[in-house]
Amino acid sequence: MLGWLAALAVAMIALAPTVVTVPSWWPLGAPIRLGLDLRGGTHLLYGVDLDEAVRQALASSARELELALREVQVGAATVDLEGDTIVVRLADRDRLGDVRSLVGTRFPDLLAADGEGGGGALVLRLQERARLHIRNNAVEQALQVLRNRIDQFGVAEPSIQTQGDDEIVIQLPGVQDPQRAKALIGRTALLEFRLVAQGPEAGTVEHPGPGVEVLPGVGEGGQRTRYLVEKRLVMGGDVITDASVRRDIDGYYVDFVLDARGTTLFGDATTRNVGRQLAIILDGQVQSAPSIREPITGGRGQISGRFSVEEAQDLANVLRNGALPAPLELREERTVGPSLGRDSIRQGRLSFIVGVAFVVIFMFVYYRGGGVIADLAVAVNVLILLALFALFGFTLTLPGIAGLVLTVGMAVDANVLVLERVREELRGGKGARAALDAGYDRAWTAIVDTHVTTFGSGLILFQFGTGPVRGFAVILCLGIITSLVTAVFFTRSIYDWMAVGRRVDTVSV
Amino acid sequence: MARTTSETAVPKEAPRFFTLIPTDTKIDFVRLAPLMTGISLAACLVSLVLLGTRGLNYGTDFAGGAMLQVRFVAPTTATNVRTALDQHKIEGAVVQDVGADHEEFEIRVAQVAEGQAETASNGVRNALQETFGEGSYEILRVDTVGPKVGRDLWRDATLAVVAATILMAVYIAIRFDLRFGLGAAVALAHDVIVTIGALVVTQMDFDLTTVAALLTVVGFSVNDTVVISDRIRENLRKRRRDDLATIINASVNETLSRTVITSGTAIMVVIALFLLGGDVIHSFAFALLVGFIAGVYSSVYVASPIVLWLERWWRRPAAARRK
Repeated sequence: MLGWLAALAVAMIALAPTVVTVPSWWPLGAPIRLGLDLRGGTHLLYGVDLDEAVRQALASSARELELALREVQVGAATVDLEGDTIVVRLADRDRLGDVRSLVGTRFPDLLAADGEGGGGALVLRLQERARLHIRNNAVEQALQVLRNRIDQFGVAEPSIQTQGDDEIVIQLPGVQDPQRAKALIGRTALLEFRLVAQGPEAGTVEHPGPGVEVLPGVGEGGQRTRYLVEKRLVMGGDVITDASVRRDIDGYYVDFVLDARGTTLFGDATTRNVGRQLAIILDGQVQSAPSIREPITGGRGQISGRFSVEEAQDLANVLRNGALPAPLELREERTVGPSLGRDSIRQGRLSFIVGVAFVVIFMFVYYRGGGVIADLAVAVNVLILLALFALFGFTLTLPGIAGLVLTVGMAVDANVLVLERVREELRGGKGARAALDAGYDRAWTAIVDTHVTTFGSGLILFQFGTGPVRGFAVILCLGIITSLVTAVFFTRSIYDWMAVGRRVDTVSV
Repeated sequence: MARTTSETAVPKEAPRFFTLIPTDTKIDFVRLAPLMTGISLAACLVSLVLLGTRGLNYGTDFAGGAMLQVRFVAPTTATNVRTALDQHKIEGAVVQDVGADHEEFEIRVAQVAEGQAETASNGVRNALQETFGEGSYEILRVDTVGPKVGRDLWRDATLAVVAATILMAVYIAIRFDLRFGLGAAVALAHDVIVTIGALVVTQMDFDLTTVAALLTVVGFSVNDTVVISDRIRENLRKRRRDDLATIINASVNETLSRTVITSGTAIMVVIALFLLGGDVIHSFAFALLVGFIAGVYSSVYVASPIVLWLERWWRRPAAARRK
């Protein structure tokens, strides 16, 4: 009995923060966390495009290979992406061996396919090992990037988790209109710096020259236009270490800081190309294409583009936190407004009170003394169950409240089994004490079986469900355990306690 | 009701208790079994046919597309809302007046292409804002689900319900024996099918929480089967001379009171959820209610007769040999 009182005391202490405001030194528990369906907010489910992650990794290998080829001077060479392969073509086919050994030493992720591509061409594909690595890492990387972006976006208690092989679940409590959050999250933020093509090699918008492509963008005056930019990369967004919002007479712009490698790359490119235009490309769109007036060696730069303050903030945010390894695809969006959440809490509470009152009164009317003890067990059960939520930070959802109500309905089952058995034994002519003992004893196997089966279906439900349904599964499984303990052992210890130092010859059932 | 006394105090008087179900029922359940089996089979058949012809009313979770629940400050009509959507070229939207005061509406937009899950709800948001103006309404809830999620869910849901049913049957087969396991499996399948039938007839939303309800039904309605099977096993040991039919009859009668009461308390709370729990869990509570009631019935009239028939069927060759 003492053990039970101690457990109850702990449960009460853990639940206190949920009911009243407690001082900061309070030892146990935190307010029970409410699910988005009760407190309001937005739930987003994104799929990570893993095939695209592999494609992008291949493209970046191709760019690095192109640069490396230039270093070893194998003569005129083209490097092209064809399907899931990189095709290297050389004017001087005798040098193919050199390329092969270069790939062997410096590009361990690439594998030269033999007997393909015909004369003068080398076909490379990603090693299976590398491909798997990229796929496995893409979700992890995306998760990290999104965590940082959302942290800086400023939402209280966001939750960002992976689900399955390629999905990310984001929960934003309190966010009602998720447009801006979605734009921030869904943006790949692949930043590239490339030179705008010029001269006869550039070609025209209809027929771009070799090594040149047409990208959409915004012109000087804010009108939509198209740019001819070189395919070759000056540098990528990965060299940016910091970005912040600035303001001048034209409006907001984003100021960025480069790391050492970026400073060198940027310095070299701007020194060699004074007078040319440098295109700043974000997710395949030219943001701006300022002319290089002088070499920029200080490792800083800026992106302007008629931003509102929010746009500038979000752009700085994504630049600071890097690009996603692959595009995200929004698969599911659920928003619950605050008033619906409040309604749900109210309705959940009401059905809980009415349902529990039903059961408690019924048990008393039907079983009298035994019913009262069963009711006590129900109260202890609910207290302990909620305390577990407060202690371990489980989330209470509307189906979770329904699960709590249901747990009460099921928790008395064990007592019904015991009490019915006790009645039967009494009818059979046993004394009170013997009937009680036999009741608990004989009902035990059936009680265990019924609890195990319900627990089993709860586990399957937990596996299957997400969000609110999972909240239901959690409370169902926990409730089964606590109700087994309270309905059998707690009630038993009450009977034992009542019998201490007394000769028991009556039992009220 | 009665405070009972031990035999030393009043030795001759049998104790009496407050009950709803008389304790000495001698209903011949086994004799009624063929009739009841016919009814159960018919109910399952009708449910399956309806499932095939009329189909479930899939919610956004499964069907994909978008659902917005909107509450206007002043009463309006579904036609007004529909006109607003038409003007903004949102096609195939279904608008339903859900509140009693003509202030609350559900707007459903059909399937959208993969990767564009958000465009459907955005279109509706914009249309509402431009037509009715900010502040004249409140968006209570938005659910947008892409087609892939819907497809995956369907597969997972079916798998989960089937797996749960098989798991229960295996557990019962291990704890009792194969006959009881098979009986439980058929009884559970019956409960699930009948519940789905009820959902088809009422055309209530079939969504994630409804699947959760089906799984709960599977886990819970096996309880009565356990209680009855437990008693059958006990009586098989105690009354070796009686045949199985007699024992099943006696066991069902003996446990009738607790079967009704244990399920009764659960059904009571489910009724509370159904009546007071609100719109969001309405179909969830409904499925639980139907499933639990079907569960009580099926423990008596599906699981037990199957045990009996399996027994007779397995014994037949032996009996034939004796002749």
